Parts: sequence; structure tokens; C-alpha cells
Amino acid sequence: MFTDKGLNGVATDNIAIKVEDLSLRFGDKFALRDISLAIPANSITAVIGPSGCGKSTLIGCFNRLNDLNPEAKVSGKVYINDRNIYGLRQNIPALRTQVGMVFQQPNPFPISVYENVVYGLRIKGITDRRILDDIVESSLMQAALWDEVKDILFQSALKLSGGQQQRLVIARALALQPEILMLDEPTSALDPISTLMIEELIYKLKEKCTIIVVTHNLQQAARVSEQTVFLNKGDLIEYSLTDRMFTMPLHKQTEAFITGRFG
Amino acid sequence: MNVNLSAHISGKFNEELENLRNALLSMGGQVELQLSKTLIALRTDDQRLAETIVHDDNKVNELEMRIDEECMRIIAKRHPIASDLRLVLTIVKINADMERIGDEVERIAKMITMYSLPASEKIKSGMVETGHLILEILQKSLNAFARMDVTAARQIHGEDKKVDANYKELLLQVMQEMQQRAELDSRWLDVLWALRAMERIGDRCQNICEYIIYFVEGVNVRHARDNN
Repeated sequence: MFTDKGLNGVATDNIAIKVEDLSLRFGDKFALRDISLAIPANSITAVIGPSGCGKSTLIGCFNRLNDLNPEAKVSGKVYINDRNIYGLRQNIPALRTQVGMVFQQPNPFPISVYENVVYGLRIKGITDRRILDDIVESSLMQAALWDEVKDILFQSALKLSGGQQQRLVIARALALQPEILMLDEPTSALDPISTLMIEELIYKLKEKCTIIVVTHNLQQAARVSEQTVFLNKGDLIEYSLTDRMFTMPLHKQTEAFITGRFG
Repeated sequence: MNVNLSAHISGKFNEELENLRNALLSMGGQVELQLSKTLIALRTDDQRLAETIVHDDNKVNELEMRIDEECMRIIAKRHPIASDLRLVLTIVKINADMERIGDEVERIAKMITMYSLPASEKIKSGMVETGHLILEILQKSLNAFARMDVTAARQIHGEDKKVDANYKELLLQVMQEMQQRAELDSRWLDVLWALRAMERIGDRCQNICEYIIYFVEGVNVRHARDNN
């Protein structure tokens, strides 16, 4: 089922996401071609590759975000909890609760810190103040933001710094207790200290969920992840343990990309 | 495997790695020169020449420090990974071994500066012969590094056996002669040290070959013998 690319030292038991022959076209242009891989649960997986290689498109397949683009045509299967999310009659809003996502630019809503965190819960219909308070506190704690905002919970989230906003957005995703958390370039708009805080947070969060990080920062991929996916022009070139990929990559293309050589 | 140092998008990084490699090769050249001069001094009992060799070990030490600093700078500023990282680590290691080879050569030269060898012609010519053997191994190791030639590295690695065999034979011979001329005990000690130095140079060339294999294949062949 998996090619050798998908078995390069990466654990194969307790899989959170299993991808089989996944292809995605925009019109007649392939954005992803025959991707097969298995992402272990409670681990951190980095996705790297040059711009336009399909990194964001790939993780967009895990919460069907690509459905928003009417030109996108998906074939193949993506299993989460042994259920093919591209099968018939899938509950997309429930899927997106299960698979949280954080983007490059911190995007808090222009409402209070508190309301940002409980936004998804309110949509789910939870109104009990005590439950909401508890979740706000625990989510902000997990996002390592509680101490900084506990006295300004009812002030506008837009007053927070960029690094704080990004952690708030992570807290907002965590409030829904996702099984999988995907971060698309989560630190590229942040300073080095905020970046390290987010990385530390990512590391701690893997106990609770499976984490996928798309990043252009190779050192970040090397620092935080346990396995790394290297994509190029829509093809999965190499999927290896990060320790291996950054010391002795298997493929020439991987080597050329990570060492900054002409491809 | 050819060392493709020139393919980085950053031309300056290409240049830095190229310069680093060249610096190590010229250090190797310096050590090689010192060793070949030592062999001449040994053969001709030339104490003057031996003195200049002892003095010139400074050059090797200085190069070692400069290469070390450059490696540190590259690691800090460039964050090399994959083959670039293995190259820099290989250079750090070869650099250290090369400096120690320089020290061993100095040790042999020092003995020559003090007095003519108490040993027989047999030992002396044996030493010169072994010296030429290690000189050849050193030269070949450096060539293998310059070309990152893993086949050559494997072959050179095996040639150290000859050095070890010579070393054992010469030791026995020294023991015999020592008993006949025991009054020269401290000088005999120097002869033993010099022999030991030659044997160690062979070992360090083996290390260099192991690093080359590590660079090319990413396989650590060190201590493979211990594990088997």
C-alpha cells in the first residue's frame, strides 16, 4: 500500500492520518500527484518544499479546505479514524472541528480574547458559563498564554502582540479539542522569541493531538518535527524521520533542496 | 562521489566550503612535507634539518586553529545540514587527526635532534622503510579526501596492516639490541617512542579514511572491528 517513501523509519502503528493515492487537480493542472503516506498519532510532522509544491494544498486535504475552491478535483483516499473523509456523506463541519488549523497571519476576530476562544463552542451551542470559563482557562494555559492575558480577557484581541495573537488563535483551535492540529507557516510573521515560544508549545501539544507543521524554515522543521515530508511540484519525494532527512537524506532532490543547491 | 561544493545558490557559501577544504589540504601538504623531511634527517643523521622540522610544527598548529575557527564560524552562521554538515564535521575531525600526525612527526624529529640513533643499521633502515610506508599512506589518504574517493579510502584503510607488521618486527629487534647495550636505556626509550609515533600515524590515517567513508556513505565504520 505504501511506497518505500512512506516507510522510511517512520512508525506505522497508531496512525492518525492515512493517505492513499491522493491526487488533486486544479482544472487540468496537478497540484498533488499520487501521494501515499501515514502520519503517526501524537507526533509532529513537518511538511517542507519550495513554494507552490503543494504543501498547503496537502494539509488542506486533511480538513477538506480545498472544497472551497470549486476548481479543485480530488481523487484518492484520506483516512482519519479509519474513515475516508472523501467518502460519501461526510460531516464537514465536524471534520473541521476534529482537524484544527492555524495560519501564517494571526487572525483573531475583532472581539474580546475570551470570545475568541469560545467562538467555536458557542457555534456548537454551548452556553453554560462555567463550562466556557473552564475551557477558556485550560485552552489559554495549553497555548502558554494564560498568564499574559488572564487580566485582560475582555479586552479586544487585536490589542495583543503578533506572537500573543498567534497563541490565541492556537488556543481557539484547542478549545474544540481537535485530534489533529495543522499549522501553516505559524511563525513566519513572528519574531525569534515568539517563534521559540510557539515551537515549545507545539512540542508540548503533541501529547494531546497530532501535529502537522508546514514551514519554509528548514531549521524549524529540523527542530520541532519527528518526521518530515518533502514535496516538490506536487510529488512526494521523501518522507523520512527528521533526524535522518537532515543528516543523510535518501534522495538527491531532498539533498539539493535542504542544502540550498540548485534543484 | 564528487564533492559538489559549487552548486549552492549562495556563491559565498560555495566559496567558504571550497576555502575550508583547500585549507585542510594545504595543512595536509605541510604535514606531508614535514614527514618527508624527517625521513631524510633520519637517513642522513641531519640534526640541523631535524631542528627546522621541530620548529615548523608551529605552522601546522596554527593552521589547525584557523581551520577549527572557520568550521565553528560556518556552523554558527550557515547551519549546514546533510552532506554540508557531514563535510564540515569530517573536516573538523581530519583537522584534529592531522594536527596529531604533525605532533608525532615532531616527536620523531626531536629524537634526531638530540643524538644519532643508538640502534643498528637494521633498525634504522627499518624505520626509514616504515616511514616511507606511512608517508605514502598519508599522501594517499589526502588524495582520497581531495576526491572523496571512498574506494581508495577503503583500500588505504587496509594498508595500515603493513605498518603494524613492521612496527612489531622493529620492536622485537629493538628489544634484542637493548639487552646488548642496556647502558643507553633513556635513548632506547626515545627510539621506542619514535617507533610508536610511526605506528600511530598509520592509525590516524586510518581514521581519516573512516571519516571519508562516513562523509560519502553516511555510515560510521569506526569501531566496526570492535563490534564484530
